[in-house]
Amino acid sequence: MLAPAAVLFVLFMAAPIVYTLVLSLQKTQVSGLGLGSGSRKTVFAGLSNYAAALGDPDFVSSVGRVGLYGLIVVPTMLILALVFALLLDSRRTRLVGFSRVVIFLPYAVPAVISSLLWGFLYLPSVSPFVDLATSLGIPAPNLLSPNSVIFAIANIALWGGVGFNMVVMYTSLKAIPSDIYEAARLDGAGEIQVAIRIKIPIILPSLIMTAIFSLIATLQVFAEPTTLKPLTNSISSTYTPLMKVYRDAFTRNDVYSASATSIVIAVAIFALSFFFLRVVQKRAFEEN
Amino acid sequence: MSITAKSAVSARPALSRNRSGRFAANDKASVIATLVLLVGAAYCLLPLAWVVMASTKSGGALFTTNTFVPAGQLWNNIVELTQYRGGLYWRWMLNTALYAGVGALLSAVVSAFAGFALAKYTFKGKQATFMVLLAGVLVPGVILAIPQYFLLAQIGLTNTYWAVLLPQIISPYGIYLARIYAGASVPNEIIEAGRTDGASDLRIFVQLAVPMMGPGLVTVFLFQFVGIWNNFMLPYIMLGDDRLYPITVGLNGLLNQGSTVPALYSLVITGALLSIIPLVVLFLVLQRFWKVDLGAGAVKA
Repeated sequence: MLAPAAVLFVLFMAAPIVYTLVLSLQKTQVSGLGLGSGSRKTVFAGLSNYAAALGDPDFVSSVGRVGLYGLIVVPTMLILALVFALLLDSRRTRLVGFSRVVIFLPYAVPAVISSLLWGFLYLPSVSPFVDLATSLGIPAPNLLSPNSVIFAIANIALWGGVGFNMVVMYTSLKAIPSDIYEAARLDGAGEIQVAIRIKIPIILPSLIMTAIFSLIATLQVFAEPTTLKPLTNSISSTYTPLMKVYRDAFTRNDVYSASATSIVIAVAIFALSFFFLRVVQKRAFEEN
Repeated sequence: MSITAKSAVSARPALSRNRSGRFAANDKASVIATLVLLVGAAYCLLPLAWVVMASTKSGGALFTTNTFVPAGQLWNNIVELTQYRGGLYWRWMLNTALYAGVGALLSAVVSAFAGFALAKYTFKGKQATFMVLLAGVLVPGVILAIPQYFLLAQIGLTNTYWAVLLPQIISPYGIYLARIYAGASVPNEIIEAGRTDGASDLRIFVQLAVPMMGPGLVTVFLFQFVGIWNNFMLPYIMLGDDRLYPITVGLNGLLNQGSTVPALYSLVITGALLSIIPLVVLFLVLQRFWKVDLGAGAVKA
């Protein structure tokens, strides 16, 4: 019964990984003028592709951008999702059903489509924010300028992701038996104290899992900047690490260096995820 | 809200109408808390409200009129979009439905088999298999997309439907979820009973286990469906022929052309609106199934 999964796993996950590893250790050697058959051959390159990838200023700055982007997105995403989840779970909030559905709704919109919608909302000639600023008499913001475009992309990720993470947290809040709160209430604890002292510690595993999933998603940001690219000059073709991999592999036909770069990214994602997982291993992935 | 919570409330009308059905005698509504939620909801609705308005405008009016004032060009825009290169847009929609629908279905089937086997059989290397699976959950799909391209290119499958469909059938997370469902919902006694009656493993799985795992498998299907529908990089890499594009890659391409031919912008916007509608409808119908519990590693349906 495992056979179909095992075959597919080997073909579409294990084999590509091995193949990338092999490619990342090779390079094309050009002899003579590079003309005629046999003048180009593939030779073993050792770790030189890795050295080149790690030393490439385009790569380094794309990593820097994604690092900054992650520092903006992950904490903001988790805090907003947690606040919304706690508000939904609070006994003093109204319109809970409506808000939950509407805040979760962007999860149904593909990243390309949401980038497209926000892209137009940012575009100075269409943007309602510019209209608003003009009518208030304040200088119109250029949301797609080199300095602000990273926030513009972060906003798209937040718009699409907060609701999903909120539902994850809300589900685990709902799973807490309510008698746990009774004692605290008898001692006179208010909603906020119950939230901070009881609810948050209990749902900590969910928080950490959402953090890991957000982190993984952040490091491989691709669709949003690629979709916004035609609307602004602020996004280069190496804006994020994956965009650089794409450019190297398909625009420059440098498969070997693209492979090395994608291995570096995969290892980084793995290292970060495992670091987080180790911290919570027992609690988060407990066997049933 | 689940049906049980609602009936619990109506059975005890004297208590507060708290949705969780908890005893809540002195809960005053907090205006600030409700307001914060509504601000969040308004933020989430803003781009959707905008696209509804913008798709009623002609290409020129898009840049000249106030953003949130509608015009009457929606039908014209739809006609233009439909005429664009012989109905290419609707082909993208069909492609998307095919990739997501067939892909998610196959993925749920494969996950169900593997999850059931991992939960209910003991075999050599089971623990190792499970560890590989967990590692697989963390391997980002987009990292795989480029090597998958090169492998599929070698056997000549790139730029075909298979190139987008096949890599997305295997889902470590789907298998992981299916394993949890099989563990939680299929009692060992039932399997024993089936064996005693002489049923084959396949029959036990199909006739006994699958119905019990049903709600869980629906969730696996939904996850994969949304995942494939959202996936951009894989089809972006794999496909060169725009008649094979899913809607995301198609609209992205159209937007790209729009930077030189702004008249295409109104097509892009109308196309975005029309592509969201089926998903939003599906989502609203199914949203009560989405109870995601990543912390416990399970999704309850």
